[in-house]
Amino acid sequence: MLSFVVSRLLQAFAVMASVSFLCFVLFNFVGDPVNNMVGQEASQQDREEMRRALGLEDSVAVQFVRFAGNMATGNFGKSFRLARPVSALIVERMPATLELVAVAALLALAMGIPLGVLTALRRGTVDTGAVMTFSLAGVAMPTFVIGILLIYIFSVECKTWAPALGLPPGFCFPSFGRGETVKVGGWTSGLLTPSGLKAIVLPALTLSLFQMTLVLRLVRSQMLEVLRTDYIKFARARGLYDRSVHFRHALKNTLLPVITVIGIQVGGLVAFSIITETVFQWPGMGHLFIQSVQFADIPVMAAYLVMVSFIFVAINFMVDLLYVAIDPRLRVDRARVGTAGG
Amino acid sequence: MNTASSGALQRFFDSDMWWSFRRSPLTVAAAAVTVVFFLAALLAPWIAPFNPFDPRSLNLMDAFTPPAWSEGGTARHLLGTDNQGRDMLSAIMYGCRVSLMIGLAAIVFSVSTGVLLGLLAGFRGGWVDSLIMRVADIQLTVPAILIALTLDGVARVALPKNVHDQVAIWVLVLSIGFAYWPQFARVTRATTLAEKNKDYVNAARIIGVPGIAIAIRHVLPNALGPVLVIATIELALAIIAEASLSYLGVGMPPTQPSLGTLIRIGNAFLFSGEWWIVIFPALALVILSLAVNLLGDWLRDALNPRLR
Repeated sequence: MLSFVVSRLLQAFAVMASVSFLCFVLFNFVGDPVNNMVGQEASQQDREEMRRALGLEDSVAVQFVRFAGNMATGNFGKSFRLARPVSALIVERMPATLELVAVAALLALAMGIPLGVLTALRRGTVDTGAVMTFSLAGVAMPTFVIGILLIYIFSVECKTWAPALGLPPGFCFPSFGRGETVKVGGWTSGLLTPSGLKAIVLPALTLSLFQMTLVLRLVRSQMLEVLRTDYIKFARARGLYDRSVHFRHALKNTLLPVITVIGIQVGGLVAFSIITETVFQWPGMGHLFIQSVQFADIPVMAAYLVMVSFIFVAINFMVDLLYVAIDPRLRVDRARVGTAGG
Repeated sequence: MNTASSGALQRFFDSDMWWSFRRSPLTVAAAAVTVVFFLAALLAPWIAPFNPFDPRSLNLMDAFTPPAWSEGGTARHLLGTDNQGRDMLSAIMYGCRVSLMIGLAAIVFSVSTGVLLGLLAGFRGGWVDSLIMRVADIQLTVPAILIALTLDGVARVALPKNVHDQVAIWVLVLSIGFAYWPQFARVTRATTLAEKNKDYVNAARIIGVPGIAIAIRHVLPNALGPVLVIATIELALAIIAEASLSYLGVGMPPTQPSLGTLIRIGNAFLFSGEWWIVIFPALALVILSLAVNLLGDWLRDALNPRLR
């Protein structure tokens, strides 16, 4: 167990080191950082002073160590485009992204697990067919197309069909922004105001649809597998109610792989939030990242990449540990006994 | 030659694969749709009603013509026109051309990289194997779109601004292609490990066939089935990835629009009621990716009956 944790930690460290190295190369060797920071009319002397101040005269190794140290302490430099400290920009944008990701993850679970169970229990019925066809669309439809369609139906065209159906005039959803936000401590939350809650519906749906189909298909296939096992047959033979067999015996064992996949998918949600945030003009980190790519704003790009890889590494590490904690078969020492015996 | 190829054709029509293909109407439909898309893309310069890149064919008076069946539409522009009077049907055909070209080139790149690294890992073993597979494992935990987006972003920063538009297509091919290699490497390595100690490989080695020839002529063919399945499914993913990057404004420029660029351009008109400028390219993209996905699913089941 300890060697497992250590090897995972080393791997996580290697990933973070290589991402920081990529950012370092990007920062120092792509374009001239001095040119990026001083104006056109800076004199040769100003430039040299700037070079010294930035430490560009030192050896590459020294520069990299200093760069990594800065990154680790949250000092990402200044944005070329907005001339503000990157760390402040990230802190400002982070709540929007995290709220969106959290709501989307909840939606994916709240819809995916019940639908997966339902389609596994009701094989071959019309409603299962409908759900499975719909889930195929979730796989094949790109995130941004889902977003555009939702905007078209529930925000643009809504103004014609909602009154016709007798729905209240304020029924349609906003197509961009977060609505009103409230500051709680250093966190700007959109989840506490009615307009903020309304604004998160379409983006969160867009973001969750792909993950939801994934959870659905996974729960379904696992459930079908588990329902075939002997202990389920035994539970039935004992005369237990269907409900008890399905939910207390079968679902419990289904959820094991779901946990891993969900862990990894939360990372996926962070990545795909770049697209969703662009479609809905959601003022989060992903939107910031895309703008920085378009404007070659290297400090912001570097900071985003380091942050996101850190999130990924942390999630993967936790999922690995959780998996081992939940499934005793995976514990290395016992696995050895198991294979030796069987 | 002729008899040999007709014999191969006969064998194909007698095979289980052809039988399972004909048995599934959904697959036949998906194949038909895919063929239509490929033909439309390939023949766009000859069969498209207009050339959307020829300024002489553009008439601003035609701008914002709705589709033929709605009020104000004309039969001249079946799917309507955009803000510059460009015929949407032609623009979509040319857009498919760009999208499919990038998707196919990216997959060719990732198949060759992945297969090569997989063979290397499988035959060499040792630290080469663990290095390649460790990198593949790590890369698999990060969504491919994020990797493609990062590489694309780095390339855009590294390259001078005035060449962006000319090299956009190659930047996309390489960054998307690089995002999808690990699956191919894994599958090839697994096949290599399973095959490399079998008698026929040993026999080839004994009669003095060089290692590279054994890898390519004897072991690689065993991996082609699974590689083809993954390649089909990842072709759909690559097309979507390209469209997403172009939609985000870091892919193909408006002068050479892919389906994603068309959707990006059209998005602005969604709110003013000109829905057809965005909805038709979006539909084309969804139908294409759905069809390729279905083909991939069928191929997986047909080539590996043990799965599901």
